[in-house]
Amino acid sequence: MYSNLFSPESIEELTAALQTQFLPAIWETFYVTLLSTAFAIVIGLPLGVLLVAGERDGVLPLPRWLMRVLNVLINLLRSIPFLILMIMVFPLSRLIIGTTVGTKATIVPLVVAAFPFVARLVESSLRELDPNIIEAAQSMGATPMQIICKVMIPESVPSLLQNFTIALTTILGYSAMSGIIGGGGLGKIAIDYGYYRYKYLVMYAAVILLILLVQLFQSVGTKLAAKCDKRLKNR
Amino acid sequence: MIELKHVSKVFETAGGRVEALKDISLTIPDGDVYGIIGMSGAGKSTLVRCINMLERPTSGEVIVNGNRLDTMSPAQLRAARRDITMIFQRFNLLMQRNCLDNVCFPMELAGVSRREAASRAQELLETVGLPDKAKAYPAQLSGGQQQRVAIARALATNPKVLLCDEATSALDPKTTRQILELIGDINRKLGITVVIITHQMSVVKSVCNHVAILDDGEVVEDGLVSTVFSAPKSAAARHLVFPGGADVTVSDPAQERRIRLIFRSAKTTSIPLVARLATEENIAANVISASTQKLSEEIYGSMLLGVPAAQFDRAWEFLNGIENLQVEEASVGVQ
Repeated sequence: MYSNLFSPESIEELTAALQTQFLPAIWETFYVTLLSTAFAIVIGLPLGVLLVAGERDGVLPLPRWLMRVLNVLINLLRSIPFLILMIMVFPLSRLIIGTTVGTKATIVPLVVAAFPFVARLVESSLRELDPNIIEAAQSMGATPMQIICKVMIPESVPSLLQNFTIALTTILGYSAMSGIIGGGGLGKIAIDYGYYRYKYLVMYAAVILLILLVQLFQSVGTKLAAKCDKRLKNR
Repeated sequence: MIELKHVSKVFETAGGRVEALKDISLTIPDGDVYGIIGMSGAGKSTLVRCINMLERPTSGEVIVNGNRLDTMSPAQLRAARRDITMIFQRFNLLMQRNCLDNVCFPMELAGVSRREAASRAQELLETVGLPDKAKAYPAQLSGGQQQRVAIARALATNPKVLLCDEATSALDPKTTRQILELIGDINRKLGITVVIITHQMSVVKSVCNHVAILDDGEVVEDGLVSTVFSAPKSAAARHLVFPGGADVTVSDPAQERRIRLIFRSAKTTSIPLVARLATEENIAANVISASTQKLSEEIYGSMLLGVPAAQFDRAWEFLNGIENLQVEEASVGVQ
């Protein structure tokens, strides 16, 4: 299947695609990923906080049944394969965006798929925090909300940034899948050319760009996390 | 004044009930430096956490400055905790905030304006000897410096009581001495009541006026440091004051009886007792152990003598005739 990968026609097609389609596709992938991650954090961060703070010996103990419902819901959403989830949330996409196809419409399934994941990541970040620091804040008369907003979250920022970067790169991968349901971006190019039209060279170009985007996001995230971590000496 | 009345704490664990504190009653006067000493597992940390309700006692009353803490609502308790601050073994500073912001933190919680908090925090950093570390992060400081920042933070809300939970246990001896001096200074200058939890005798000896000895969840002995440490009565206290336990096993109890001598002043410490026993009474006493220590500016000495059983009564009479000397028979097995 790769015998004519670098044939003159393939290269011509690639040049054409590069000139007309890649730039908007990169932009679409970029903003869909960032927007979906942002929304997923907006929903996932408070949930992750509740998962830790709401425990029996947490700073804001919640009823046991509520914690169980929360845990089951998160596990449930996380166990549905993304390809199927995309189709399952069609009604929700129609409700929020007004349509189920197109780049914007893919943000809805991406957020639904990603926020439970983000909640778990936030949970693991917050659990890394030394419980003695929380005890110290309690000894100073901090309210549960003050402990969450002024101790747990700010003290976990470097770890949260690391984990949000993981979320971002995962969502980038998911967004490529949304080409199947009419979403735009690099994933759509790869599927259109590679799967429907056997134009593998263009597919590879799209994949390479996806890889570069992941690398970019990951290195920016790692640098940012390291830069704002005040536990590291000599900076 | 801090009053604990019949405080008990029981933990229900997977392994069963653990009685961490058993019917503890203590009174800590205002402005005192009060030590609570015990081996690890004695319940010291639980006890100090009952004073600010980080641990709720299973039963008993906790009264600080006339207010009963154990019946307070969470909101009342949070307000009360501004008067009862705490420092910790691992300092527990916020690692992502610089020193100034760490000291500001309790004021921020209390709703003090940012400007006011920052200027007071700067003053406090000067008080603890770190005026130039305002912008430094805790990770850039040594352990002793971090504890100073923690002390500044603890003073931010003008507390009446400072609780120190093994505050020097993670520090080297020199830094320990400096931190204890600082705590002593703060006690004298600001009149803050200080409660010190420790397993180190030297800590209690150097700063505390009163001491309570905690053993297996019970207060086995309490009183003035000089009284308790010069003549410890309980086994736990003796174990702390005469550590090692070697003196019990070196002599043969079948032929020797043992006398513990406790000297109370410099004059007594200079009497050549063993020599006089030998020359005046012709008793060859065996010195099993001896030590002198300084408590509250006075010298105390203790000596454990082995005396031949036949001559015990004469030795006893002779020693009891000497002023400022406490004489007691030390039984086998109890130090």
